[in-house]
Amino acid sequence: MTIAAPQINEDELRRSLRQMSPRRGEAIMRAILVVAASVSILTTVGIVLSIVIPSIEFFSEVPVWDFLTGTVWTPLFANGEFGVLPLVSGTLMITAIATVVAIPLGLGAAIYLSEYASMRVRKVLKPTLEVLAGIPTVVFGFFALEFLTRVVLVRFFPSIDIFNALSAGLIMGIMIIPTVASLSEDAMSAVPSGLRDGSYALGASKRQTATDVVIPAALSGIVAAFVLGISRAIGETMIVTIAAGLEPRLSFNPLEGMQTMTSYIAAAGAGDLATGSMEYKSIFAVALLLFIITFAMNMISIRLVRRYRQVYQ
Amino acid sequence: MNELDASIRIAESLSETRHEVSIDIPNPVFTLNGVSVYYGEYEAIRDVSLDIAQGEITAFIGPSGCGKSTLLRSFNRMNDLIVGARITGRLAYHGTDLYGPEVDPIEVRRRIGMVFQKPNVFPKSIYDNVAYGPRVNKTKGNLDDLVEESLTRAALWDEVKDNLKKSAYALSGGQQQRLVIARCIAVRPEVILMDEPCASLDPIATAKIEDLMHELAGDYTIVIVTHNMQQAARVSDRTAFFTAEVDDAGERHGRLIEYGPTRQLFSAPVDQRTEDYISGRFG
Ligand SMILES: Nc1ncnc2c1ncn2[C@@H]1O[C@H](COP(=O)(O)OP(=O)(O)O)[C@@H](O)[C@H]1O
Ligand SMILES: [Mg+2]
Repeated sequence: MTIAAPQINEDELRRSLRQMSPRRGEAIMRAILVVAASVSILTTVGIVLSIVIPSIEFFSEVPVWDFLTGTVWTPLFANGEFGVLPLVSGTLMITAIATVVAIPLGLGAAIYLSEYASMRVRKVLKPTLEVLAGIPTVVFGFFALEFLTRVVLVRFFPSIDIFNALSAGLIMGIMIIPTVASLSEDAMSAVPSGLRDGSYALGASKRQTATDVVIPAALSGIVAAFVLGISRAIGETMIVTIAAGLEPRLSFNPLEGMQTMTSYIAAAGAGDLATGSMEYKSIFAVALLLFIITFAMNMISIRLVRRYRQVYQ
Repeated sequence: MNELDASIRIAESLSETRHEVSIDIPNPVFTLNGVSVYYGEYEAIRDVSLDIAQGEITAFIGPSGCGKSTLLRSFNRMNDLIVGARITGRLAYHGTDLYGPEVDPIEVRRRIGMVFQKPNVFPKSIYDNVAYGPRVNKTKGNLDDLVEESLTRAALWDEVKDNLKKSAYALSGGQQQRLVIARCIAVRPEVILMDEPCASLDPIATAKIEDLMHELAGDYTIVIVTHNMQQAARVSDRTAFFTAEVDDAGERHGRLIEYGPTRQLFSAPVDQRTEDYISGRFG
């Protein structure tokens, strides 16, 4: 006995292939998701515009070159000068100190977690590290001022300013360790275990395997972690406002107080400046510069991450 | 009496036969006596006794999951790197217990090299891949010469001599596997363990690796795991057949079923399971 193919009635087929109901839920869901995605994009566009427009007004009065190369920042004086270098140098000094703290400690923690720690230790340590990432920065700021400066640093440097770059930089470094450690650890854990086996099988030790195989293999991911940590440091506001003071100073002495771009924005923005004034507009010019710097850093890190993803596909 | 008991009895009587075979081997490189390897509580391979002949190619064959890789990794203490893995019984290398208290696994791995299933070249240049072992071992002598010699030995020199600084990832899979063999040779091991070295290669690349193994045999003792029986028949001098047996609790344990000269094992297998496996009726 053979089974006959079902008879096809063309009209019925056409009808049955039509959509049964308009699937309204689908459309509503889609709309909600589009709105959700748009909010962050529109906010970003809004922020950029609201920074750029006052900045353009600012730069019509202060030439960009004078702004970028000027060494005196006195926006509140009667005949104020708008040389941003003191703020940039304060930012760079504190970021550099933070980097010197966070990179070795963060990378060391990552190597330990990924290559040495047992399952059990890792299960305890990783969440602990993430708790550190969750501490509000204002707490770090007071810790820097009240403990690190007043209790510890004054012992070693009696001449240190109460507000100083060193303490802000050190604590900021501790603040970004979790970022550096956690992302570096992800990059190192993503290195295929076959590479480690290959190294061990050649008579390499654990340390040699970590430094000569795992780190080079994870390098772009590790560098991306560094860049992300550094851009967090550049954008950090609370610690520097509390612990490094509010005095713009072009100086290379970390024992002195300094103002960063972020702490200028925070302090000036908190005061009651006249909306159209130059001081007011200068906030936006500094914000634009900060935005460009962190944006560039993030682009670098995205490119690095993308490159390291490609390696093992 | 049921069939299972009967087959167990046969297997027990065969274990005597296996022992006879292993005594035949003069100056064995490895001597295994009652070796079992565990992952935690799980006994992956049970009670293996065999000798590995010097300068020959020994093949381990058997269905997937019967513990061939596990046993092979215990020869250079790679299992030490797996948490919970442990070994019982005695595994001697030239008469010295490889798991004795004074034995350093790193020293073991310098003498007993390993090639893996997936070519695991490092993300470094071709040169640096080969130089890696000598560098970590602080080998004395001219590194350039050693790299050239190792690549020549691995039949790769002519293909890469103008591109030594290029990334090893630019090589084909077969070239990468020969690079891994060159990297292994550069440490001047006595033994090379190969765990399915051709599993990810096409037939032409596989043929090249097999030729290379013939070249290397004699100077090196090679133990190769393969689940390709034709490969075992082509390259090896001796073959050990393993399979997984199910115990009363329903757990599978790898067992050595039959071990002997390759020609003999393939032409006149003693055990029914070996015959079934090599004739393709099982596994
Ligand atoms: N790292 C490990 N941890 C736990 N069990 C393992 C591990 N490696 C292998 N096994 C188990 O041991 C048995 C033997 O595996 P393996 O030696 O890889 O077999 P083969 O190489 O013959 O295919 C399998 O049941 C496998 O699941
Ligand atoms: Mg295997």
